[in-house]
Amino acid sequence: MLLEFHVSTGIPTPVFRQIVDQVRRAIAMGSWQAGDQLPSVRALAEQVVVNPNTVAKAYGELVRDGLIEARQGRGYFVADRRQVYSDAERKRRLDQILWSLVSEALVLNFTDDEIIDALRRALSGFRSASGHEEGDSHE
Amino acid sequence: MNEPVIEMCNLTRYFGRKCAVNNVNLTIPRGSVFGFLGRNGSGKTTTIRMLLGLLEPTRGSARVLGCDSRDLSPAIRARIGYLAEGHKLYGWMRVREAERFQSAFHTRWNRTLFANILDYFRLARDAHVRTLSRGERAGLCLALTLATEPELLILDDPALGLDPVARRALVESMIYVTRESDRTILFSSHMLSDVERVADRIAILDRGRVRAYCRLDTFRDRVRRFVLRFATAPPELPDIPGLLHTVRSDNEVSLTVVNPDERTERVIGDLGADGVERVSIDLEDAFISYLGERGDRGFFLQEAGGAS
Repeated sequence: MLLEFHVSTGIPTPVFRQIVDQVRRAIAMGSWQAGDQLPSVRALAEQVVVNPNTVAKAYGELVRDGLIEARQGRGYFVADRRQVYSDAERKRRLDQILWSLVSEALVLNFTDDEIIDALRRALSGFRSASGHEEGDSHE
Repeated sequence: MNEPVIEMCNLTRYFGRKCAVNNVNLTIPRGSVFGFLGRNGSGKTTTIRMLLGLLEPTRGSARVLGCDSRDLSPAIRARIGYLAEGHKLYGWMRVREAERFQSAFHTRWNRTLFANILDYFRLARDAHVRTLSRGERAGLCLALTLATEPELLILDDPALGLDPVARRALVESMIYVTRESDRTILFSSHMLSDVERVADRIAILDRGRVRAYCRLDTFRDRVRRFVLRFATAPPELPDIPGLLHTVRSDNEVSLTVVNPDERTERVIGDLGADGVERVSIDLEDAFISYLGERGDRGFFLQEAGGAS
């Protein structure tokens, strides 16, 4: 359940957002399961060398979104709910990935059909490697 | 909210006819880590020296730990730790003599904490201060300041001249101080990556005036960049409120704007671009745009409803 957190400075993503994203990803990928305990605010702040208020703000947002829960006096735990991103957020993230994929691929002079075929091959390759069935939910 | 640890009220200081600090009003709440930012000569050190009673304000006043800064009693001073700019020390002393010297002025002295910080910066006790590197001097100054366990820690450009390893040790020490939730840190710095890690609130001074006073996240959130793509050459730009920085190319315009609102969006929308992309920018970029020479300099960024 140990997760290596990384915080970078000098990038457009604020530190608290980086922490939120890393926890979301760990839950989405199943590295963290419902009921797992998160590091304390103080411990994580000292591990990644940031102000504890920043970690507290990140945990606060994760609690508000129902991903983790605070248990009185015991710390923070991964909540039961499995939907990690809102539909709007999922769409926004997909658009962002597609935008950079498409622009890079066009720079490399691939045709539309070649890009779509490559995307299909990558999808089926990923599915057979990880055992996911088509139509699996995003979790 | 807690009672403020520092309150500045119209704080002003002239040197001759030059106004170094111009009508500064800032409140620093207890428990915050307050980053004091601004270019060289923007008035940070002058402000800090007035807070400590080392310099008379020309006008206005400051209260520190509830006491007028011109009138700080020894008991109040004992609760303040001050690390002066430039890590000034007596070169002829050895490290352990520097400790004995400094501790003699204080009733409270945490020897364990002092020793831990020295170990952290790998300082030999019998080394002469003049033989220390910049990073080691900074470590010694920090140990001498933190050993009194001050309630209010004022660090004037503590990262000046430090290598990345020493700077990380400095930031870790500052985070260590926040273990006691009633400790307050005011630090000035040009190292925005350190500010990003440790500050929760900031003030930006620009030629003696406060240009921003808010949470760090608020500052990052309010300085935005829009990239507009055009089929042909971009049109002339109308007045855009809060415009800080413009970059034009053949068919693109990038606009860095502070506090964009519906009006800004409307003005940008009316330019007839084929696409408008909102781009996130890093803290350094935001800071440089904010203090740029050509931008809207009159803008004052503040927390909605005060910086609480």
